Amino acid sequence: MIKLDSKIPEGPIAEKWSKHKTSLRLVNPANKKKLEVIVVGSGLAGASAASALGELGYKVKVFCFQDTPRRAHSVAAQGGINAAKNYKNDGDSVYRLFLDMIKGGDYRAREANVYRAAEVSNLVIDHFTALGVPFARDYGGALDNRSFGGVQVSRTFYAKGQTGQQCLLGTYSSLSRQIAKGRVTMYSRRDMLDVVVIDGKARGIITRNLVTGAIERHGAHAVVLATGGYGTVFYLSTLALGSNATAAWSAHKKGALFANPSFIQIHPTSIPVLNDYQCKLTLMSESLRNDGRVWVPKGQADKRHPNSIPEEERDYYLERRYPAFGNLVPRDVASRAAKERCDAGYGVGDTGLSVYLDFKDAIAKQGKKAIEDKYGNLFEMYEKITGINPYNEPMRIYPAGHYTMGGLWVDYNLMTTIPGLYAIGESNFSDHGANRLGASSLMQCSGDGYFILPYTISDYLADEIRSPKTDIKHPEFDQAEKEVKERINRLMSVNGTQTASSFHKRLGKILWDHCGMFRTAEGLKKGRVLLDQLEEEFWKEIKIPGDANELNQELEKALKVADFFEVGRLMMEDALDRNESCGAHFREEYQTEQGEAKRDDANYAYVAAWEYQGHAQKPLLHMEPLKFEFVELKERSYK
Amino acid sequence: MDIKLKIWRQKNASTKGRFEDYELRDVSPEMSFLEMLDYLNKQLIEGGKEPVTFEHDCREGICGTCGLYINGRPHGPQQHTTTCELHMRAFKDGETIVVEPWRSKAFPIIKDLAVDRSAFDKIMNAGGFVNIDTGSAPEANNIPINKKISDRAFDAAVCIGCGACVAACKNSSAMLFVAAKVSQFALLPQGKVEAAERVQRMVEKMDELGFGFCSNTYACEFDCPKGISVEFIAQMNREFLSAKLCAHKGH
Ligand SMILES: Cc1cc2nc3c(=O)[nH]c(=O)nc-3n(C[C@H](O)[C@H](O)[C@H](O)COP(=O)(O)OP(=O)(O)OC[C@H]3O[C@@H](n4cnc5c(N)ncnc54)[C@H](O)[C@@H]3O)c2cc1C
Ligand code: SF4
Ligand code: FES
Repeated sequence: MIKLDSKIPEGPIAEKWSKHKTSLRLVNPANKKKLEVIVVGSGLAGASAASALGELGYKVKVFCFQDTPRRAHSVAAQGGINAAKNYKNDGDSVYRLFLDMIKGGDYRAREANVYRAAEVSNLVIDHFTALGVPFARDYGGALDNRSFGGVQVSRTFYAKGQTGQQCLLGTYSSLSRQIAKGRVTMYSRRDMLDVVVIDGKARGIITRNLVTGAIERHGAHAVVLATGGYGTVFYLSTLALGSNATAAWSAHKKGALFANPSFIQIHPTSIPVLNDYQCKLTLMSESLRNDGRVWVPKGQADKRHPNSIPEEERDYYLERRYPAFGNLVPRDVASRAAKERCDAGYGVGDTGLSVYLDFKDAIAKQGKKAIEDKYGNLFEMYEKITGINPYNEPMRIYPAGHYTMGGLWVDYNLMTTIPGLYAIGESNFSDHGANRLGASSLMQCSGDGYFILPYTISDYLADEIRSPKTDIKHPEFDQAEKEVKERINRLMSVNGTQTASSFHKRLGKILWDHCGMFRTAEGLKKGRVLLDQLEEEFWKEIKIPGDANELNQELEKALKVADFFEVGRLMMEDALDRNESCGAHFREEYQTEQGEAKRDDANYAYVAAWEYQGHAQKPLLHMEPLKFEFVELKERSYK
Repeated sequence: MDIKLKIWRQKNASTKGRFEDYELRDVSPEMSFLEMLDYLNKQLIEGGKEPVTFEHDCREGICGTCGLYINGRPHGPQQHTTTCELHMRAFKDGETIVVEPWRSKAFPIIKDLAVDRSAFDKIMNAGGFVNIDTGSAPEANNIPINKKISDRAFDAAVCIGCGACVAACKNSSAMLFVAAKVSQFALLPQGKVEAAERVQRMVEKMDELGFGFCSNTYACEFDCPKGISVEFIAQMNREFLSAKLCAHKGH
């Protein structure tokens, strides 16, 4: 029976981390060389952790499914990365950043973790700058900041609309340095398919070599998962097509609890669906809402060209509903408001499933050049995809699946419920509650990797200095490898008629319709039935051409889709359990008269951590009560 | 629209490849180029055939994974556009489109349209970084940088490592890729300290890995989806010469 212990240190919020750090045990340099750590993932979280661990002297092995670590999906982050530097002298501080994140997350995140993320944010910016990340600067040569949704200060560091790319490439360069020094070994083009647990401790992983198809064993003294989010469960999302849940799910099946799986952020500003073969939605950064105004026509089904709709016939519905924050309300609020307008018949475009994001006023006030400086690459991207020039007419946008606040449950040390197995970055659940504020993920991922995990993992490894090198011939490795091979054989031998993508698309639609922006108990129950039926069909009808012992992209996809069914089922279970609305989780039964989310702090101020009980078996719920010692729980209002 | 495709098929690195012809009906001009290939693959799979292997991930022009040689040009006909951002509206109804992998000795073919670009990582490992350990960075605003210089470094830093520059070059030179990294760091005070060693190590590695020399035809800049300027090659050459000079003088 798993017992949850969040290991949150005692004491005042501002002292918890510094005190805790001094209590964590260290490993001496000679012993570090003998200790091996596996890091799965080379995004901001994985690559930063691997570089920091390599610098400390551990033997590190890094895995990613892309051909090179530099392509992890962190590369696609656009708008920026937060830090509490208060360079703008606008009243920012670590405490304010902490408060904003707790409120933004609708009081469903752990105070201590969030405070720590805010606390290390400044170190992250110092480090990136030293690595040569070319953040935007003002004319005096100092770093510039911009504002992001859900807050009233300017604390976001950025590099045009390519902040993620620049941060990831900075991190990749620090990783390259460790590879050159021989402290990190890079294993690209590998899919992690299972974690190996020996005597209750994580000791290695099973991977599939994506070029040769070989099933491989890798041993270590500890395993770190930094495998990103599973927003691709919706099929259409802003994630990379290879993003998946498989690594985290395999850990879940081996005993790691999965927390708040239904907390998935639907981002309000993505380019809408343009054709039926589309498999990807492109994000238009939230930063655009700094200067763009969101509107729909005041009349229903208005088919006029946007430029010919006069000012008085436009409904700037965010400014109307939320005068205090206007276009800068948090993502969950903006997404629901867009869907509400479209469902009510005010949406624009052929399908009526989009709203306008208009830069006319900003261009008139600041000039085209200023807008181009800030968002040039995003405007170009928009034009390439849609063929429309957003300098001349408003963008059309619609919400899209984007970020998973939910993920593997971890304690304050970022360790999952499997000793020796850590989860960092988007793959864990810890810092964003029920809704993530913009520009806070890059911050969390790099904070986890560079400045938190290296401390906490040493406390665990201090006990491992006498453990010999993990024996990959151990029966647990045999067993894990056997199960992986059986799963692959089972998929290959179905020999049905339909592609993995076609199943994925149908699954995504079920989840989007029943477990998306608006949820009801009835809809969730219906969704579960549909999902069960589709999963059954999948195992009868999936078609994978070719051989498993070679590069086989259809097999790669099928393995992921098979897990998405199970993740989807858990998302719906979780959404059904939570009889309240909070952040991105909106149950129609629980709303205020103005249609805002209605939390139930008396009954649901907990982290829902689920324990796997077998395929399609009802999972076991563990509750971690959230104690708010430093923040007063309030209704989240942006009006 | 209806199109004809001529696609390079090759089972693996050790077998010989050949072009295969396909006809595809009802392609929507709104489809991206890769969605068109997805559409083809769906038909191939449902017809019991092996789909075309091609690489992709972000599908929004930033990860650098995709990269096809389309009608004789890396990333196809549209300037400053990656393969995944290219849309079918750039082609004509009835057109024949030829699709090949990157061709370069330094990028061996793995299967069909997928190639091995790990040589780029090896160049990066040779020196594409600033030597600084986590925890030792000074306060960020203690390093003021002129906005123009910082913006210039950014222009070099947007390289996505796709390899189109190599595929475009008749000598398979990787100069533009290397120059972008060398220049980004050489421009910034953080990277200046080790600029001389860095450029030497990266250029040496590039030569060792079988990339060709640069004969200034600028095909790389023309086909680079991120518009990286060949002026960075000039900057790198200056860095390289002065590094050599310093080494020669024993500084
Ligand atoms: C379009 C977009 C824009 C965004 N913009 C911002 C922004 O402006 N600011 C912000 O703060 N956040 C932003 N985010 C969120 C942020 O980018 C991500 O949350 C963050 O980068 C995730 O980093 P990560 O290291 O956890 O995972 P990733 O960067 O996704 O890396 C995952 C790694 O795990 C590896 N991996 C995954 N599964 C497996 C497996 N089974 N086997 C082997 N390897 C595996 C992958 O190869 C990859 O290396 C954005 C997200 C998107 C999608
Ligand atoms: S320089 Fe341009 S073409 Fe070459 S790898 Fe970089 S982005 Fe691609
Ligand atoms: S798929 Fe990422 S750049 Fe094309």
